[in-house]
Amino acid sequence: MTQSIRIGSGLGFYGDNWEPVVSSIERGNVQFIASDHLAELTLAILQKDRQRDPSLGYARDVVPMLLRLWPLMQARGVRFVCNAGGLNPMGAALAVRTALAGKGWHPRIAVVSGDDVMPQLQEAQAQFDHLMNGATVNQVRDRLVFGNAYLGAKPIVDALGQGAEIVITGRVADAALFLGPLVHSFGWKLGDASSAEDFNRLAQGLTVGHLLECSGQGSGGNFGAQGHWQSIPNLGQIGYPIAEVAPDGSATITKAPGTGGLVNFDTVRQQLLYEVHNPHAYFSPDVVLDMGQIELDDEGRDRVRLTGARGSAPTDQLKVVAGFKDGFKSEITWGFSWPDAWDKVQAAERTIREQLSERKIPFDELFVEYPGLNSAHGALAPLPPTTELNQRHEIWVRMVLRTPSKAAADGFGRLFPWMALSGPAYTCGFQGLNNTSELLGIWPTLIDRTRVKAHVEMLEVAA
Amino acid sequence: MSTVQRVPLVKLAHARSGDKADWVDFGLFAWNEVGYRIIEREVTAAKVQAHFAPWLPGQVDVWPLPNILAIKLVLHGALQGGGARNLRLDNLGKAMGAALLRMEIDVSLEALEQAQKSPRRGWWPDVSPPT
Repeated sequence: MTQSIRIGSGLGFYGDNWEPVVSSIERGNVQFIASDHLAELTLAILQKDRQRDPSLGYARDVVPMLLRLWPLMQARGVRFVCNAGGLNPMGAALAVRTALAGKGWHPRIAVVSGDDVMPQLQEAQAQFDHLMNGATVNQVRDRLVFGNAYLGAKPIVDALGQGAEIVITGRVADAALFLGPLVHSFGWKLGDASSAEDFNRLAQGLTVGHLLECSGQGSGGNFGAQGHWQSIPNLGQIGYPIAEVAPDGSATITKAPGTGGLVNFDTVRQQLLYEVHNPHAYFSPDVVLDMGQIELDDEGRDRVRLTGARGSAPTDQLKVVAGFKDGFKSEITWGFSWPDAWDKVQAAERTIREQLSERKIPFDELFVEYPGLNSAHGALAPLPPTTELNQRHEIWVRMVLRTPSKAAADGFGRLFPWMALSGPAYTCGFQGLNNTSELLGIWPTLIDRTRVKAHVEMLEVAA
Repeated sequence: MSTVQRVPLVKLAHARSGDKADWVDFGLFAWNEVGYRIIEREVTAAKVQAHFAPWLPGQVDVWPLPNILAIKLVLHGALQGGGARNLRLDNLGKAMGAALLRMEIDVSLEALEQAQKSPRRGWWPDVSPPT
């Protein structure tokens, strides 16, 4: 009879902190760490890296992360699965292999690829309507810069089955990073799943992945409430969540002893529903999850039992996220002190609009918000009366120009500094020269499974 | 006869927001069964749409989940094309959960007190909930 498997959360995104993973490895008794380096936005950042240098395009934090964690994992037989490969999984794997070999470590590394579907997206007659609004991909086809299908758990299962100690993928369903090790460990049916029991187990595994794919958000971090968050112990030493999963799929969510954070009915729920749309039909490449009968039993002291996830067969299609060039933005932030701070900010804004008009600068939008007043909640944060605003010690304005013209974006910041000498008085800070940024729109769509082929390659162990 | 007052959701519930392309999604969570019955009744798609009207014209979807004392909500078209294109400082809508908790609902004083005094279903290390 197989024992339970313990799997711990790695990163939740590119730029996250890997130090909390140390406690999961050293004290959390895990057999796997699965790490998510790719938010929806990340491929946009990696695309810019790859444009500069074709050997890049992966989440570079995986190298220092593994330099820190691999010796601890190797000593305990802990295996590592991540999607840090981004747009260049082979590039990531080679960089990891080289870095670890430099320290005398030679893990078996597998590369999972096949998620790149740019060629398919570029086919003239192919239909790839926008998943949310039904628009035709012809609108953006010639501006596409990346397109990746979300692969499922199978290539990860295959890689682990071939003896991989480190698995580096490109785009996969985030929860598949966790489901893969569970299917591998328990021998659950995956592509050949057919019974309710088969799908319910996969649904449990997917739910575990969903709860652990955002690191500290699953163990008391980012706990959205008035009060209560202060009762969560020691967030600075947070333990990322760990799932203890039984062969039947039932699971307990917990964390390593002696760490901060909190795993309870409330913190786990906040992660359960995060970035889910219809909770009765949460689609993944491997199973469609219905959360309607999930039970979360809080056993106290950072242990929450998870049962009741229900699954059904996945669809014939995989989700794709593509990015397309969508103009440029440039922004400035500017403050004025009392007296008349509000009126001065308004005068400055009027001057900028006049400048844009007089110089015939092409732009699609001039976005304005007031940090400290309404940048969190926008129109839902009604501004106090002008007379009160003019008594404030300082008022800040942030203006963002969205334009199809890179030259217009580059020149935006330079419209401002002259007003320090020729405009209203007591300006108390200005930020924003040279910060042109390319905007990338996200194009979510679907692709037939038959058009996507996952590929697993075991790297030669370096000498 | 009990007095009905307008109370922001923050007094009865907690919330987290997330983003997927151009949609903002919310999880809204009652602390206990009593609180859940109140929010399930009061937090309708129409009310949420009216609350967020200054923000967006899009559709609102609402799914009650009594099994976990929670409500799932999705606002369509709220993020100007998604996080990489949206111009706000909070381009991913991370503070939107708080904007939802500002929404006011009608609750009788009695029901509100009951919801606030009933024990939380979750285990918390402190003995009493902070006010």
